[in-house]
Amino acid sequence: MTPDLLNVEHLTMRFGGLTAIDDLSFAAKAGAITALIGPNGAGKTTVFNCLTGFYKPSIGRLALHHAAGELLLEQMDGFRIARSGVARTFQNIRLFPRMTALENLIVAQHNPLMRASAYTLGGLVGLPSFRRAEDAAIDFAAEWLERVGLLDRADDEAGSLPYGAQRKLEIARAMCTRPALLCLDEPAAGLNPRESAELNRLLVGIRERERIGILLIEHDMSVVMGISDHVVVLDYGRCIAAGPPAAIRRDPAVIRAYLGEPAEDEMAARGGG
Amino acid sequence: MATAARQSRTVAALKESGTAALVAFALAFPLIGFQTVEMSGGLTVRTRFDWVAIGVAIVFIGRLALALWPQEWKWRQRREPRHVAGGARADAARNVARFAAFAGVSFAIVLPFLPFADRYIVDLATTVLIYVMLGWGLNIVVGLAGLLDLGYVAFYAVGAYSFALLARNFDLNFWECLPLAGVFAATFGVLLGFPVLRLRGDYLAIVTLGFGEMIRIILINWGSFTGGPNGLTSIPRPSFFGLPFAREAEAGGPIPFHEFFGLDYSPLHRLIFLYFIILALALITNAFTLRIRRLPVGRAWEALREDEIASRALGINPTNTKLTAFAIGAMFGGFAGSFFATRQGFISPESFTFLESALILAIVVLGGMGSQVGVVIAATLLVVLPEFGRQFAEFRMVLFGAAMIAIMVWRPHGLLARREPTIRLDGRRRRAQAGPA
Repeated sequence: MTPDLLNVEHLTMRFGGLTAIDDLSFAAKAGAITALIGPNGAGKTTVFNCLTGFYKPSIGRLALHHAAGELLLEQMDGFRIARSGVARTFQNIRLFPRMTALENLIVAQHNPLMRASAYTLGGLVGLPSFRRAEDAAIDFAAEWLERVGLLDRADDEAGSLPYGAQRKLEIARAMCTRPALLCLDEPAAGLNPRESAELNRLLVGIRERERIGILLIEHDMSVVMGISDHVVVLDYGRCIAAGPPAAIRRDPAVIRAYLGEPAEDEMAARGGG
Repeated sequence: MATAARQSRTVAALKESGTAALVAFALAFPLIGFQTVEMSGGLTVRTRFDWVAIGVAIVFIGRLALALWPQEWKWRQRREPRHVAGGARADAARNVARFAAFAGVSFAIVLPFLPFADRYIVDLATTVLIYVMLGWGLNIVVGLAGLLDLGYVAFYAVGAYSFALLARNFDLNFWECLPLAGVFAATFGVLLGFPVLRLRGDYLAIVTLGFGEMIRIILINWGSFTGGPNGLTSIPRPSFFGLPFAREAEAGGPIPFHEFFGLDYSPLHRLIFLYFIILALALITNAFTLRIRRLPVGRAWEALREDEIASRALGINPTNTKLTAFAIGAMFGGFAGSFFATRQGFISPESFTFLESALILAIVVLGGMGSQVGVVIAATLLVVLPEFGRQFAEFRMVLFGAAMIAIMVWRPHGLLARREPTIRLDGRRRRAQAGPA
């Protein structure tokens, strides 16, 4: 067994009186795709926001096992979490629309480039080592553009790309931060069947080549069941099932959550999204 | 169908023009319709309803023309590709921009030696360049980093006062004071920025507006240090590498500039020298901005402007990145301020009102946020236009306002809204192919 990359333990997130996530624990492994599924409002995106530092969890421990040691994400600022290897995409695409596709991927390599430019001073005087670092950054970006099939649109504004291409570009941008854990928030939303098959290939490729952990929120069951190694099902902020996709498909609790329950239970507290 | 559509459009346009004319009438009737005139018996009211009628008619016809005419024009505009792809068109635009920049700089260098360049022209050109420099400085904050700063004049004031106070109290010359003034202004930028940069958009705008006013009020009230409302006088003028621009040498002092070069004394010499200082300072600002845009920090500024949340998710520290933008913008404001002080020889808080901040911001916005050439055009327009308008006396500001409205109607994103990418895969690949293996 490979060791866990991420351990979420007893994660609880309350907004005032509303408990969006209630005592959630799960693990994600490197070189594996872990899917986080559940009905709308089950708290999936809230989990991501806790992981990436946009929310501070009310209770819980989020441990990232890194080559450098264990990092407790719940104690870190969002941008530091990103620096230590957690990259994410957003449910509603958040590219830099007026910058080109290539620039988007270069911005993702901000921190290594910042060091190479000696925090701007070296860059201002045009240090050769900075030039080399920049060339390497461009090559890396071009490599990713090629992998998502956008190399010929490198110099186009990101905002002018078609929707499916923007989704792929956002994944490429997250990968350009060289993460250890990639968190994808509904990457297949709004994609047609051909595009979501391409997405499957891309994600499987990342799992096989980069061997990083992928955490995936998804509603598209063809994606979830097709590529994920482990599925965690959330309902009203609680984990109701976890296991390999084949077992999840037959789990009565999961079927109940998706197809509905008796009316009185529907009146119970609704999780935030 | 087509005729019916056109008819309804005409009716709508007439209605709209009627409303505009009504508003114009309501405004013009009291403002233009009555004029107080001093007569022998005292103050009497004269009516000018003919003026009101003319004004309302102009508004009606103008609005009608605007509503009926540009429909096809707008449609044509929309058909143009909104995002110009890399390739021939972008290359052409880049070449035009490069040629324009070259022509502009060459013209700026020869301007003071052209036959029509008298005292007034050189002085006006110097003023234009001060605003170009301020516009470029603010462009870093507003155009690149997307932080709406309504109190930029505060840094201009800090620069001017640090120069004046350093020069008077410590007997430093212009070239020694200039970097110090920049450092002081940048320090103020950091001091202000640290607590307020977590605010966004409108909130940041209001806090910076307040900061601008605070600086001005401190300058007025701290009389013992800043000279209060009377300001500071006898600020030393810059010398040409130690040669003063004076008619006669001071006793024991260095010989004046004109004697050293064997020229006749002319007050124009100093003006031309000042002109070249501000030209150099402005060009340095521009070169710096163009360079830093292509560095990681510059791209991070633009990324923050585009989407702060996404930037944070990529590991960019928003506070530090914004602070650098604020400090660097402030530093250039400080440089411009110390130039202003040495040029005027006299400064007072009255030179640093909110109106100045608004004017600089207008230059950046009208020029097209983030566009360096746009700032030059807008600064020239906004400084020179009121000068040409002098013969219209009281209608000067009306003309000024009308020009600004016209620009915003025709070019809602500013004069030059095209953004030049900081890096291109296209050009690099071509260079790699052309270059030796």
